[in-house]
Amino acid sequence: MPTKTTCPSSQVSDDEQKQKRENIRSLTMSGHVGFESLPDQLVNRSIQQGFCFNILCVGETGIGKSTLIDTLFNTNFEDHESSHFYPHVRLKAQTYELHESNVQLKLTIVNTVGFGDQINKEESYQPVVDYIDAQFEAYLQEELKIKRSLFNYHDSRIHVCLYFISPTGHSLKTLDLLTMKTLDSKVNIIPVIAKADAISKAELQKFKIKLMSELVSNGVQIYQFPADDETIAKINASMNGHLPFAVVGSMDEVKVGNKMVKARQYPWGVVQVENENHCDFVKLREMLICTNMEDLREQTHTRHYELYRRCKLEEMGFTDVGPENKPLSLQETYEAKRHEFYGERQRKEEEMKQMFVQRVKEKEAILKEAERELQAKFEHLKRVHQEERMKLEEKRRLLEEEIIAFSKKKATSEIYQNQSYMASGSNLKKDKDRKKDPGYRFELLCFDVRACEINGGRKDAEEGREGPCTMGWP
Amino acid sequence: MDPLRQSASPCSSRPSSPKTPPCEMLGYVGIEAVLDQLKIKAMKMGFEFNIMVVGQSGLGKSTMLNTLFKSKVWKCTLPGLAMPTPQTLQLKSVTHVIEEKGVKLKLTVTDTPGFGDQINNDKCWNPILGYINEQYERYLQEEILITRQRHIPDTRVHCCVYFVPPTGHCLRPLDIEFLQRLCRTVNVVPVIARADSLTLEEREAFRRRIQHNLRTHCIEVYPQKCFDEDINDRILNSKIRDRIPFAVVGADRQHLVNGRCVLGRKTKWGIIEGQGRWTGPEVWLCLAVENMAHCEFPLLRDLLIRSHLQDLKDITHNVHYENYRVCRLNESHVLPHGPCWVNLAPTPPGPSVAPGPSKACTQAREDSDDN
Repeated sequence: MPTKTTCPSSQVSDDEQKQKRENIRSLTMSGHVGFESLPDQLVNRSIQQGFCFNILCVGETGIGKSTLIDTLFNTNFEDHESSHFYPHVRLKAQTYELHESNVQLKLTIVNTVGFGDQINKEESYQPVVDYIDAQFEAYLQEELKIKRSLFNYHDSRIHVCLYFISPTGHSLKTLDLLTMKTLDSKVNIIPVIAKADAISKAELQKFKIKLMSELVSNGVQIYQFPADDETIAKINASMNGHLPFAVVGSMDEVKVGNKMVKARQYPWGVVQVENENHCDFVKLREMLICTNMEDLREQTHTRHYELYRRCKLEEMGFTDVGPENKPLSLQETYEAKRHEFYGERQRKEEEMKQMFVQRVKEKEAILKEAERELQAKFEHLKRVHQEERMKLEEKRRLLEEEIIAFSKKKATSEIYQNQSYMASGSNLKKDKDRKKDPGYRFELLCFDVRACEINGGRKDAEEGREGPCTMGWP
Repeated sequence: MDPLRQSASPCSSRPSSPKTPPCEMLGYVGIEAVLDQLKIKAMKMGFEFNIMVVGQSGLGKSTMLNTLFKSKVWKCTLPGLAMPTPQTLQLKSVTHVIEEKGVKLKLTVTDTPGFGDQINNDKCWNPILGYINEQYERYLQEEILITRQRHIPDTRVHCCVYFVPPTGHCLRPLDIEFLQRLCRTVNVVPVIARADSLTLEEREAFRRRIQHNLRTHCIEVYPQKCFDEDINDRILNSKIRDRIPFAVVGADRQHLVNGRCVLGRKTKWGIIEGQGRWTGPEVWLCLAVENMAHCEFPLLRDLLIRSHLQDLKDITHNVHYENYRVCRLNESHVLPHGPCWVNLAPTPPGPSVAPGPSKACTQAREDSDDN
């Protein structure tokens, strides 16, 4: 079958080899089939879905990030000046919808707030790294879900990072170097020299060379504009030589000649933003938006995101090749882990159950012990009480006997007294007798009290006597 | 949208996102250049399309493919040549690379000789379902690798063209069974084969009856109603749905008619132009080739290639493949796998899946049990 290709020669051999390997034949068609509209179908679908682009601006406060973004997209994104007094670096993300002809672009601008303002800058770049990782993580989570909707997903991964270098004219600051080194494997970095109207042309050239050599010598991989497609290879290659771009941003318009252009007015002249002699703004816009937006997105997805995914999954313990070098699928590993996890969970449950049972037993034992003690105490008290009662009963019995004995005595003594009274007829003697015997009287007193008490008020009620002293004395 | 089908429209123009205030740009920025970038990228990468044709032998499947792509995709089986009918259903795939105006298309065609040819055609759809699921499986395995390729080769079947024999009555039980099972796994486009044996009225009646059958048995063929996202799509697709199934005549031989070379079939009483009109010897004249009132082959070609190819691929990727993936990840211990699969403890019942996907799952499970 004759091959009909219009690709450059190197590609032809590659394709042919690949085709031969895969047993694919080339066909010639005898007429117009019509699938040349395929790219248009693809583009139509993309238009319907809309585009997404996320820019991260890293740079010190006041270096001109917001102004540059405004100028790039020719809009006034609402923003106000940030304060210099934030204690930590924060990232602020805002999403805007832009329309141009039939293209809908969802643009997300992420700004670092408070970068380089702190006295101690050690923690400066960590929030940035964390934010980028968080976006990757969110996408990974969505991709790993069982029921997922990737076509609906708002892609928040950072596609490009514009790193703003301040125009000192000397070299990169340490903070800049460190930050770029950390970020270069996570995001496409395009360094720009901000406020480029502060450097003269000669200094600028030296500055650029110095910067690039520093980046190269420190192994920082910045984004290289792709040079593989012939249509854009030349322009991209030349642009690569102009990195980092020296930019000036301004939304103010100044009259130059008979046109209003965006520029910055100084007493000594006017710096025009879109004049290629004055700054590299046009180049930046060209590269960022018109030529390479799609490539930036692709690089983010196929290189940086894949790297993140690979690291994350390996960290979680998944590999592609299991023991004995047999290819292991994610599913199998996942199942194995799940199995393990369930086993672990089962074991822990058993342990907890055991512990619970044990504790319950212990508690029961303690309670039983307490109960027993209480019981013993109760018994003891009861016994004591019983004994006391018996003693009291004993005493009462004795006293009652005494009462009886005494009343007998009283009765007999009364009889004697009556007899003796009738016989002698003198009261005095009796009184004297009586007085002579105080113990008897005392005894009587005590006795009377007790008798009264014992008999309740019975005797009183019966005999209507009052007071103890009257009893027994005629 | 069908409430039972929980998969959303694949190309929703309003992705879920944080609230986005629309911004007015004060001048031209150049954002629309991204479309050109897309085109360049697409042309460099090339496109892939996988099509499967299913139908009994002798219905003109191979001829149809050749006519569709205007080249010898398949060697046609001529009657008379001793080609024994295969005892079991086989699936044969062949891949071609065709190019037109700089656009490269890698076309994979799968034929199914032996379908419906046996005396007992019970479960003859199983090998086909198995093949389709196998392609999904292959893609899934590639997708869940740790280090995966930049561009996963796509062998999933994007479209299945089902050839209905021109009985003129209605769909046969075999057709209904097959369509029911397949319409949930892959995009199915039914066509009336060998439509030159039906008159126009018979054709219309047959078509209406087939549409009625499809509705009765809840068979959703491509373009599915539930994936229309806006009013324009719905209008366009309703027109197509009204004409489904297309009545096609395949022809790959050229004949001389009135001094012109046309693709057609020569019969005793006239020449039927494959892409054109019927020509009786006296009654009709030879008019323009693309006359859709007479043969609906152009409709089919337009649907498959010129307008809906990307849509077919999108629905396959976003709906059918996702459904398969959900089933597969939920019931991973039931479905059969490759050689290194180790059967571990059964997974606890996962969250309830929508009736649509689970039906496909149960069918797949039945198939695997039967296999």
